[in-house]
Order: sequence, then structure tokens, then C-alpha cells
Amino acid sequence: MSESKADRLIEQPEGEIKIETRGLNLFYDAFRALIDINVAIPARQITALIGPSGCGKSSFLRCLNRMNDLIDSARVQGDVLLDGGSIYEDDTDVAQLRKRVGMVFQTPNPFPMSIYDNVAYGPRLHGFGGRDSLAEVVEKSLRGAALWDEVKDNLRKSALDLSGGQQQRLSIARVLAVGPDVLLMDEPCSALDPTATFRIEELMLELMERYTIVIVTHNMYQASRVSQHTGFFLLGELIEYGLTTEIFENPKDQRTDDYVRGRFG
Amino acid sequence: MRRTRQAFDEQLEQLEGRLIEMGTFVEAMLEKAVGALAEHDVKLAREVIAADDTADAMDLAIEQHCMRLLALQQPMSRDLRTIGTVMKVIADVERIGDYSVDIAKTAIKLADEKYFRPLQDIPRMTEMVRHMLREALEALVAHDLERVARVIDCDDAVDKLWYKVLEDVERVMQERPEVVPQAVALVLVARYLERIADHTVNIAERVAYMETGRLETLAASHRAEYEPEESMGAPPAEED
Repeated sequence: MSESKADRLIEQPEGEIKIETRGLNLFYDAFRALIDINVAIPARQITALIGPSGCGKSSFLRCLNRMNDLIDSARVQGDVLLDGGSIYEDDTDVAQLRKRVGMVFQTPNPFPMSIYDNVAYGPRLHGFGGRDSLAEVVEKSLRGAALWDEVKDNLRKSALDLSGGQQQRLSIARVLAVGPDVLLMDEPCSALDPTATFRIEELMLELMERYTIVIVTHNMYQASRVSQHTGFFLLGELIEYGLTTEIFENPKDQRTDDYVRGRFG
Repeated sequence: MRRTRQAFDEQLEQLEGRLIEMGTFVEAMLEKAVGALAEHDVKLAREVIAADDTADAMDLAIEQHCMRLLALQQPMSRDLRTIGTVMKVIADVERIGDYSVDIAKTAIKLADEKYFRPLQDIPRMTEMVRHMLREALEALVAHDLERVARVIDCDDAVDKLWYKVLEDVERVMQERPEVVPQAVALVLVARYLERIADHTVNIAERVAYMETGRLETLAASHRAEYEPEESMGAPPAEED
């Protein structure tokens, strides 16, 4: 990596680092979707990834819990460290990894079953063995996702009957139920109206106290509202990464400046 | 997207244009005020006082324009800094208009008096601060940090002249007690001019922020006023 690139990339966040990538490259067959990504993501903060469509931000997110393993043509070079340990070892238990690093997708994806069973699904799958009863886990997770008060009297109702915003919070509750440390969110509000978006953003700020959150968003204003650090991706490169206030008030790279000011295209 | 961005760029240009217009208007107020003082011209002084309503209206209209752009465009990066800068700068320019009114009122008060000695330093200070105001506003439009530096340098010269006026007037007051009321009025005018210079420095500092993203006090003389250890027990720095 050249000197100038190192300068602009890493403003090492202060405090505990949860995830670190080292020379991370991602290929889909011959296409290099991510180019030498070196980044340190701080624990219990929100890190936003922004950039135009196809810039690699979602691909990057999927590298953080090995979701790209599910794509045959995908090949990863370099490393991703979670709490200092590689997640790309041969003997990494990928199911365990995805428990620790959960993902919330763009479109809410409730299973066609009751609200209760949706949340209980993960704990049951992973062999539920915690101190709390399953009902307690479900309640805790729904409370954590700020959905409990709205559904507590109808837990047996089909999850498909919930509104879009409620379904997205249910998706978050489902991830919380398996006890993760990290939440990856891939445009979690793009299918929601402003009120539902506002609730998810508020929820993220609450969850930040206990979880490390990485969010991919097309909405720069969402990134500026909720995150403490922001990374700007372009054509597979992490162009700039730093404090959100710096990225939006005084970015160092001209390309970041052009993007946040809507000068692209 | 392109068209929206173009419209926003035009709005920003328009905003800068309105600020320059206000700056030019206020600079003319200052020129007339000091002219009225030098020429004992009550009519001209009254024009300056009347013009203040227009300056105030310009201030409000530009602020409204800024608020509208903030609300509708949600600006980022340089665009955000530009709008923030304009909002701060209009307050400084408006204040310069107020000082011009103060000078015009002094002109009316002293209209029937012969000066105890011809005005020299006040017109000189006026030329300097008008130049500073023009430089500061041109720096904003031209994104010119050299002009910013020149404004800051010039402030030192204005300060020196202000201290010289103060010393002169003290001496005259001791030697000729009968001119004390007039000397007090004139020393206040010099003080207004010195304060106007400080406002142009504020503007220059904002332009530097707009260009660099760094918010800092650039003029050494201004920094001293804000350092707590320098002002132990002293009254707080004058702020308008």
C-alpha cells in the first residue's frame, strides 16, 4: 500500500477495536470487488459504510460474517479479525460466527410463522441452552428490538401481519435472540417510511450500548445521524474512513467531497 | 441529480452575491458616515441612519435564504461550511452597519463644532478598515487565503493606529480641558473603527474555515483576548 493511501485510510479509532480487516480483497471469479481494505471498527459504536451502488460496501459487510462463502464464485484474500482472532481459519465454526455477527437485511424477511416462533427460531436451531427460559429470551429480544410493547398480547399472531417497520424490528429481535456481539445491517431502512426509519434509527442508538453495529446505507443523512465513524467506498476501494463529523463536514479526499455533496454522476 | 445539483450551485452563488451586495452597501454606509463627520454634513449622516433599516433587512433576508438551503438541500462538506460561514458573516457585516450609524450620530452631534484639530487618523483608519472589509469579502468569493492573511496583517496596523489615537487624545485632554467632550466623542469613533476592523478579521477567519475546514482564531491580537491566563481578573473581552 502506498504511503498516501495509508494516510487517508486509517484514522485509527480510539478505544476497543471489535473488527479489523487486513489487506482484504474479494473476488467474484476474476472481478476484484474489494481492493486491499484495511480498517478497524470500534466496539459498541455505529460505523456507517456509504458509497454509490456497486462500490463494494455490501460485499464488504458480507465478508464480516462470511456470508460470501455462500456464493460459489466468491474468493477472499487477506484477513478479518474479530476480537483479534481470524474468522477465516480453516476450522472456524461459521455457524457460531454468524451467531456472534448477525445480519439484518434490506427487506424484512419474517418466516411464515408466529411472532414468537420467529424469535424462538434461532435459539431452537442453535440448541437452546441458556439460563433464561425460551419465553424469557423471546421477551428480552423483542424488548431489545423495541417491539415488545406492540406485540406482547399477540405473540401467536402471524409475523406476516406486522407492518413493514415492525417486521424489520422483528428481524432485529431474531438476530438478538441468538446473542450476538455485532450487528451488520444492510440498508435496513430502505423499504421503510420515515416514521419506521426513525424508530429503527432510535433503536440502533439504544443497541449501540451493547452491540457493535456496522450499517450499509444509501442514505447519507442516515449515516450522519446515527454513526460515529463513516467509511466511503468507491469502485471496491475504501477511499476514506474517519469520524462521521469529519467525513461530512470536512472530508480529506476530493472523491468523498464530491459524493457527500451530490456531485457524482 | 445533475439538474438538482446545478440549481443548488446557483442558489449558493446567489447567496454569495447577496452577501457581497450587503457588504458593499454597509461599506458605503461607513464611507458616508465618516464623510459626514469630516464635512459636518448632517444630511449625509441622516442618510446613513436611515440606511440601517435596509442593512438589517438584507441581514434577515440572507439568513432566511441560508435557513431555506439548510432545510431543503441538507448540505454537506464545503456546501455546509459555505452556508454556515455566510450565516456568521452577515452578523459581522450587520454590526459594521450599526457602528456606521454610531459614527453618523456622532457627526450630527458635532456638526456645529469646529474640530480642535483637523481629522487625520480617523479618515486613515477608515480607509484601512474599508479595505479590510473589501478584502475579506473578496476572499470569500475568490476562495483566496492570501487575502485572508492580508486582512489579519492589516488588523495589527489598525490596532497600532488606535493606540496612537488614544495616547494623542489623552494628551490633548490633559492640556486642553475645554475640548474634552469633543475629544471623547472622536476617540469613540476611533474605537468603533477599531472594532469594525475586528469584525473584518472575524469574516476573514470564517473564510479560512470555509476553505480549510479548520475553525480557529487567526489574529494573534484576537487570540490574546481569549486566553484565560492573559485576562485574569480583567473584564471579559468586548463582544458584540
